[in-house]
Amino acid sequence: MAAPLVRFLSKSVRQISRPPWGACQSGLRSRTTSAPAVAPNQAGGAVAFPPLQTYSEEESMMRDAVRKYAQERIAPFVPMMDENSAMDEEVIRSLFEQGLMGVEIDPEYGGTGSSFFSSILVIEELAKVDPSVAVLCDIQNTLINTLFVKLGTPAQKEKYLSRLSTDMIGSFCLSEAESGSDAFALKTRAEKHKDYFVINGSKMWISNAEHAGVFLVMANVDPSAGYRGITCFIMDRDMPGLEICKKENKLGLRASSTCPLNFDNVKVPEANILGEVGHGYKYAIGMLNEGRIGIAAQMVGLAQGCFDHTVPYTRQRVQFGKRIFDFQGMQHQIAHVATQIEAARLLTYNAARLKEAGRPFIKEACMAKYFSSEVATLTTSKCIEWMGGVGFTKDYPIEKYYRDCKIGTIYEGTTNVQLSTMAKFIDKEYDH
Amino acid sequence: MSGRVLVGVKRVIDYAVKIRVKPDNTGVVTDGVKHSMNPFCEIAVEEAVKLKEKKLVKEVVAVSCGPQQSQETIRTALAMGADRGIHVEVSGKDYETLGPLQVSKIMAALAKKEDAQIIILGKQAIDDDCNQTGQMTAALLDWPQGTFASEVTLDGDKIKVVREIDGGLETIKINTPAVLTADLRLNTPRYATLPNIMKAKKKKIANVKPADLGVNLTSKLEVLRVEDPPQRQAGMKVETVEDLVGKLKESGKV
Repeated sequence: MAAPLVRFLSKSVRQISRPPWGACQSGLRSRTTSAPAVAPNQAGGAVAFPPLQTYSEEESMMRDAVRKYAQERIAPFVPMMDENSAMDEEVIRSLFEQGLMGVEIDPEYGGTGSSFFSSILVIEELAKVDPSVAVLCDIQNTLINTLFVKLGTPAQKEKYLSRLSTDMIGSFCLSEAESGSDAFALKTRAEKHKDYFVINGSKMWISNAEHAGVFLVMANVDPSAGYRGITCFIMDRDMPGLEICKKENKLGLRASSTCPLNFDNVKVPEANILGEVGHGYKYAIGMLNEGRIGIAAQMVGLAQGCFDHTVPYTRQRVQFGKRIFDFQGMQHQIAHVATQIEAARLLTYNAARLKEAGRPFIKEACMAKYFSSEVATLTTSKCIEWMGGVGFTKDYPIEKYYRDCKIGTIYEGTTNVQLSTMAKFIDKEYDH
Repeated sequence: MSGRVLVGVKRVIDYAVKIRVKPDNTGVVTDGVKHSMNPFCEIAVEEAVKLKEKKLVKEVVAVSCGPQQSQETIRTALAMGADRGIHVEVSGKDYETLGPLQVSKIMAALAKKEDAQIIILGKQAIDDDCNQTGQMTAALLDWPQGTFASEVTLDGDKIKVVREIDGGLETIKINTPAVLTADLRLNTPRYATLPNIMKAKKKKIANVKPADLGVNLTSKLEVLRVEDPPQRQAGMKVETVEDLVGKLKESGKV
């Protein structure tokens, strides 16, 4: 069996020397911890109320394809991308080539034409290998593509959707230095002139900006109307006056570029307004409600990926004459974390299925994002402890997951914002 | 030369899985274990799809013999670019005794039925390591065979095959119709992209029974026992060459 193994290990075209933990990555983890190959896929539908981990044949095939692709074509680049704080061009190119950047886009525009749940599975699988790559894919699919698909005029769809599914990355620009959670206090101004707008201002914390070809910029056309003036503008990278500043030097998710943007009298034609004037705030909230399920999936994948690297080590490492996994204290901690990850996954899947079914899902999406990000923090912290000294070194991937997880409780709606949103829903539920 | 290519794909235990022998020593544990397409079959599918992309062949048909789950393997072949699939249903006792002889009879019957120009198979399966099906199929059909292929070139109505043999590389030219078996370095199989997985959903998989093809599946082989390889024993150090020869003679190795 040596021959095929050699081929698969040398599959990456670049000669990247794999760090010592590379060898234990593929396949050694027990199949029951990740999405189970054991659970029968009842495509025939014999079960009336199937469990949440029931996937259509299409979803299963996609998940398996992404899992294989991520292990073989992204994993070798991960440590280098983290070290250099840069996403490899080859990784970006292969994401597009695999159809992962346009999961829900119609094939007529070069997309995959699959469902929201499929994109959730894709994000989860990518996050197991690299949460930075997962967030790139998440923003593109759940924010950028969805905005164009839902709000784009035929001309806008024609111009952008086929690019977004094949070679162009998009950035979503809402936050500013003075407005994060208080998003609607944004100050970027759009002044109307005849048939174009002049945009001045700046944005902060914009993901993907380094490579993006299109920017969806939230600017206010009428500050006196407060948030009702916020409008979504489509800006191309080459528009004069748009400046992409140096990316942040971050704790985690380092391969994902996060840049400030400056707008210096950027002229944007009226035809570049996405949706309606003054409705930008609605679109932002709407998209972020869905986007947070994507972030939840990213956090679940992150936690699972970290866990999958750690448990084999605990089964291997012997102290005091037995595997450290065999100590009751360890077993209890490991089982507890596994439960948390499972619960986070179920919250995420359920929120995704609710959304697909067209049922109310906002409270559930908040719960999924809040809970998953907390679980990711718990899991990665525990995994470092279980790995002992080696968990603390960069030779093993665990410390990267630990650094990567923290942003989960912060971006796309901080934990406090999620909790307050949930509380509002709960309050209403008791309204009679 | 345009025609039809038949590609055999086998569902086997995934290469990365740690194999465990069943406690009753009748075989290996397969329940709940991850299965996937045999790696050499992936290379075979890739070669067939490449030929179609170069417009040298007209249609690629993926064939698998086995239980219901074999359909997943055929779907993977469709997602890689095969046009349609044929699932030859074999289950239960028949599946347990299914071996190269039975499969080659099925492939030969299908080749005639489908009017195939070329049959491409993996050189061997990673579960039984038989390396027989391709050769037997060619013999049953009385077709030439290009086995252990590391390079395949279509040349009019002939095929030039570079074979990996013990001494190095051998180049042969064979007539069509022919059977080829894929070796490791023939190509690097493509990933099934998500859009192709979606397209594969619309492709057809026909269901066929071995009896419909007039094939008798009875096997003349019986598996007596399956065991783990012996545990590796500790070595021992010797002082002189004479000691070494003495020890070798002692243990009957010389």
